[in-house]
Formats: sequence, C-alpha cells, structure tokens
Amino acid sequence: MTDRTRANLPAMSLHVPEPRFRPGDAVDYAAFDRGEAGRTPRPDTAVNPADMRDHAYDLIRVLDDEGRAVGPWDPRLSPDKLLRMLKVMALTRAFDDRMYRAQRQGKTSFYMKCTGEEATGVGAAFALAGDDMIFPSYRQQAMLLARGWPLVDMMCQIYSNRGDRLKGRQLPIMYSAKEAGFFSISGNLATQMPQAVGFAMASASKGDTRIASAWCGEGSTAEGDFHSAAIFASVYRAPVILNVVNNQWAISSFSGIAGAENTTFAARAVGYGMAGLRVDGNDILAVYAATQWAAERARTNHGATIIEFFTYRAEGHSTSDDPSKYRSAEERGAWPLGDPLVRLKQHLIGLGVWDEERHAAMDKELAEEVRDAARTAEKDGILGEGLHQPLETMFEDIFEEMPRHLREQAAQLLAESKAAGR
Amino acid sequence: MPTMNMIQAINSALDVCLGADPNMVVLGEDVGYFGGVFKATEGLQKKYGLTRVFDTPINELGIVGVAVGMCTYGLRPVPEIQFADYIYPAFDQLVSEAARLRYRSAGEFTAPITVRSPFGGGIFGGQTHSQSPEGIFAHVAGLKTVIPSTPYDAKGLLISAIEDNDPVIFFEPKRIYNGPFDGHYGKPVTPWSKHPASEVPEGHYRIPLGEAKVVREGEAVTILAYGTMVHVAVALAENDGIDAEVIDLRSIVPLDVETIEKSVKKTGRCVVVHEATRTGGFGAELSAIVQERCFHHLEAPVQRATGWDTPYPHSLEWAYFPGPVRLRLAIQRAMED
Repeated sequence: MTDRTRANLPAMSLHVPEPRFRPGDAVDYAAFDRGEAGRTPRPDTAVNPADMRDHAYDLIRVLDDEGRAVGPWDPRLSPDKLLRMLKVMALTRAFDDRMYRAQRQGKTSFYMKCTGEEATGVGAAFALAGDDMIFPSYRQQAMLLARGWPLVDMMCQIYSNRGDRLKGRQLPIMYSAKEAGFFSISGNLATQMPQAVGFAMASASKGDTRIASAWCGEGSTAEGDFHSAAIFASVYRAPVILNVVNNQWAISSFSGIAGAENTTFAARAVGYGMAGLRVDGNDILAVYAATQWAAERARTNHGATIIEFFTYRAEGHSTSDDPSKYRSAEERGAWPLGDPLVRLKQHLIGLGVWDEERHAAMDKELAEEVRDAARTAEKDGILGEGLHQPLETMFEDIFEEMPRHLREQAAQLLAESKAAGR
Repeated sequence: MPTMNMIQAINSALDVCLGADPNMVVLGEDVGYFGGVFKATEGLQKKYGLTRVFDTPINELGIVGVAVGMCTYGLRPVPEIQFADYIYPAFDQLVSEAARLRYRSAGEFTAPITVRSPFGGGIFGGQTHSQSPEGIFAHVAGLKTVIPSTPYDAKGLLISAIEDNDPVIFFEPKRIYNGPFDGHYGKPVTPWSKHPASEVPEGHYRIPLGEAKVVREGEAVTILAYGTMVHVAVALAENDGIDAEVIDLRSIVPLDVETIEKSVKKTGRCVVVHEATRTGGFGAELSAIVQERCFHHLEAPVQRATGWDTPYPHSLEWAYFPGPVRLRLAIQRAMED
C-alpha cells in the first residue's frame, strides 16, 4: 500500500453498493418501474436469442392492478387449474407457518420459509410436465407440495425422526424426493445448477422428452457454479430452465451486492447467447406462462432459458435470521408487486369463481390439514427426543457397500454407546 | 496377448466399457476429436460418436457438476481432468456433491462417476503439472481413490472403477504412462514392452478395488507404495540387495489393511513412500494404521520417504522427488536398532 497518491492524478474511490433503505428508513418505491401488465410481446419459442434482448430487461406481467389477466403472456388457464394453484400456494404458506412455529417451540433446529415467493414455485411446477426433473434450492418447497408430496414425509424430515426417509442425516428442509422428480437439496449454494444442466444433456443425448428445471437465488448467481451451468447449457443447447429467484436479499446482502445495480439477472442470458426472461414473480400467471414458454423452447431443441423471477423475500432468511437488523420493516408492505396469494385471489374473485368466504374456509381447512399432519409426524418423534434412527445407520450409504474401516467404526460407536450407558 | 503401455491400457479400458454400457459417456477438455493431450481417449469419439465422447469448455467445476447431474438421469460418466493440478475448481462438486449424494439422499440418488486425471511429477512439470493430491481426496468420506502402477493394473482397475457404483478418483501417474520409472532420471526410459505387466488382455477383466498387491516378497522390511514409487522401491531393493517386501496399494480408499498388517507383522519394519508432500499426506494415515495394528511387532519407528513440504519446483525437481537415495536413507533408519 502506498502512502501517497501521484499528484497529477485524482484519487480513485471504491464503490460498495448499499441498499436504499435500512432499518428505520421510510420506504418509497416511487422510482421503481414495475412496467405495465400485458405490454411485453411474446415471441415464438424458436426465436433467436439475439432478437429477444429486451425480454431480459423488461418485466413480464399478466395480472394488472385490478387483477385482470391481460396481454400476450396470459396463459388462459381454466378456473379449475387456477383454483388448484391457489390452494397449493395457500398450503405452502400454512405449512411454512406451522413449521416455523415448530422450530420456535424447539421441535426442530431450523426452518426456512418461502413466504411471498409461493407463486414462483407453484406456477413453475404447474407449467412443467410431471416427470421433468427439478433441481431445487432450499426455498422451493412449494414445488414439492405442488407435486402432491405428503406433508407428513416432509415434516418427518424436518423433525429428523424415526420416520425420516433421509435417516436424520440432513439439516431440516434439505428434502430429497426422487419419485416426485425433486433432486436432493444440498447446503452448498448453486451446485445444483450445473447438475441440472447435466441431467438435461443426458436427457437430450438419449432422445428423451424430459427437461430439467434448476433453481437458485439471485445471491447464488455469483457462485462459479452459475457460470459453469450457463456456459454448458449454452454450448450444448441443453433442455434446461435456469431459474433465478431474485427476492432482493441474500441473508443480509441486498441484490446490489450480487450485481443488480448494473444489470438484471435475466440479462446474464444475453452474454451466453441464451434466451432470458424477466418476470413478475408475484404474478403466478406470468410465472406459469414464462415457464411454459421456456419448457416448450427446451423440448423443441432450441436450448436453455434463464428466467429471473422478480419477487421479495417477505420473511427472514431463516429461523436463525432477524431481518430487522439490516432492512426497513416497511419494505414488505410497500413492495410494489404485492403478495402473490392476494393477487391470484383477486383475479379469481374477478372471474366470479371465488370469494372471501370460500377463501377463509380454505385457509381454515388447510391449517387443520397441516396441524393433523404435524400431529401424525410427531408420533415418530421430534428432534432430540430419542426417536431417532439406529446409531449404526450413520455409517450406511456412504458407499454402496460398507468397507472395512466403516464397519470397524460402527462397532466402535456401539461399544462407545454401551460404555456411556445409552 | 497384446503389449500395451499405460495409455493404451487406459484407452482399452474405456473402449471396453463404452462398448459394454450404452449409458457410459466420456467428457473433458480435448478428449473428443483430438483424443486427449496424452492420447488416452484417442479414437473413441470416432468409434462411439459425438454424444458419447465429447469435448467440454475449460471448466472443471462444470465438467464434474454436469457429470453428477448425468448420473441423476442414469448415465455413467467418466470425466477427465487434464491434470490433477487442475482438479481444485471441481473440489466442491466432488466433496460436497458426488461424495455425499448417496448419503444425504439415503440412496435415492448416486454419483457413479470415475474422474480420471494424470498426476504425479518427475516430468519437469513444475508447480502445476506435477502434484499428487491423493491425500486430500482420501480424507473425503464417500470417495474412492485408485492409483495404478502398471498397464495391466491400469486397465483392470479402471474397468472396476467405472463399473463401481460409487464415485472414484482415478489418478494416473503420467511419469509411467510410457514405461516404468525407477527414479534414476539420468538413464533412458525403458518402454513398457520390456515389462511383463505390459501384457494386457484385449477384452474385459477387473482388478478389485481395495486389494493391494505384493509385488516383491521380502523378510527384512515392508515398503508401502503406489503409482510411480512402486517401481522406485522395487528397483532400489533389487539394486541394493535389500530383502524388502514391496506392496503396491493400488487403491488407497478403500485400503487393503489386511495385506499391510500381514506384511509388517512378518518384517517388523515399515517404510512408506509417496511423491506427495509429507505433512497430512496419505503416508501419515498409513504410518498411523501400522502403528495401531502392528505396534508390538515393530522393531523400529515407521519411516516416511516423501516429497518435501514445498510446492513442486521446476529446476530442483530431482531434489524434490523421493528417489532412490531418499528411500535408501529411510530404509536404513527403519533397519536401525
């Protein structure tokens, strides 16, 4: 480090991005351009990426402020399908609330909600084929619920109990559900992105029709894995959708720390020669339509799409986080794209197929369903209560067959347990 | 039976497996049309097509990451990392993903990949074409680590590794691709054709992982070695007339503890030799295992002849490499008392 600057040159300065609002600040989103519902054109799915640069900077929206579906991206779904999507979103919120409370009650060590982001998972899951492979991050529980996965199974994983298929090895919410096409969740961020591309490359090379749907947050796009995924997806035109849930926050870091001050996350696609879509993530019709578009593009050998879902992480990062320490409490309420559940409800009421009474009844019914599932799961134990898996299972599944050194260590553990009087 | 060098034996193993399993794919930098910078994949793309053997972007993280994803679909990928020195960008995918996938999903998902990578020094490769990182991978639960020392073993072990349902790191000692190397760097290289282990069957055969091989029997001292160092140890014992038993471990995870234990209990003395740096190297694990299992049979402390705890130097290569002199001194220490 030098102690003097060259006298003939002005001193440089380092730019460190800072969010607009910190705790205690009044929030004003007047400068935020959320665009107008229906204004973004919908290109043919075979479009040349070079001709859709604008889609990476615009914001695809279907639902307008009155909750009407407008413009070329309206997927024109039946009321029945919309109601089913609404129900899974509401189930996800009820599930999150119950499991958050379970953590606070000491029944488990950890939980992460996806409140405010339910539309991204549910809309995308409904637009994919049932056998398309999902490579989720830890905030795609809505996709597992959309595929009808049993609540009790998810809860047993969260409680790490005797009923946990993952044998208590994984931190809560790191689900794995092969039958649902839901890849094992890893704690290491963005590792699933190149893996999803590999799955897609394999599917294409075998002449299959299945595609992969990869998920990460905007913060994780800074990982090298995101670049690796994008370059392999582009080079081999892999049938994959690289979904970036831009919820504005990576724990305490705002999206500017991940690069959002300079460009959009969808625009990363432009540099790789891929299709990129930037979508209102709280508008489930837009989420569905964008996923449907990218899935068709992938299935017809036109390659990968990066979709940025622009949304807001309404709650703390996890049960170990207190967002009031780094962001303004007013942000959630002032968020210009609203609440995805409220917006779909408004749309359905506008269609004349739904009303507040039925919505309230649904919420009550779902809360009971979740409560009953929790009671069932808790019969198999809660964390630390003793109803865990047998000790020696710790050594299983490291390899297909247990090698000698692990058999020896398993025997030592059992001796240790006996010596400890357990 | 055809005579093969180690490159040809590896090529033959890949050929046999590609022919037998339509789900196997080979991917890596320059492995396709060009056939690899060491020619290990020569002719395979032409024979099996672009989607079975293909070039990748220069991105080791991506090579291993997509290979793990391919396993989720049901393929059996054999990625190549051009030099072991360049495996580190893929370290997270290997340690956090491939190694743990079966465990964390309780067997729902697995990663039966075999990562081939040339490793080791003795070729004036300098800092980034000479490293031996096997100890780093041996430390990772869920990975197998295999290192052949002859063409015959290279083919049989590679076929076993590819057919194994666990992720395997397959390190190929590039110093002995073309012929065994006894550590006497001034002498011309002897080609493999002069060595009996260059007779390699054309078809399918396996050498089980986790089985060491006693390559030279002896009574006075046990030498534990793998890769290039097997040949250094055998040549030294022959030249010096040492009654040494030389064991080629072949795979370090899983490790053939029985063969090691039996030998050291017989000789009462043990020398561990590897090219990798000493501190935290695999020799430390071997030394500890011998001490734990053979303590009352040991006549002297277990000795280690290894690379120094320095980056691999270019001009001072032969001062770094644990050649005959360093091994001889280690054996002398092990023979004292």
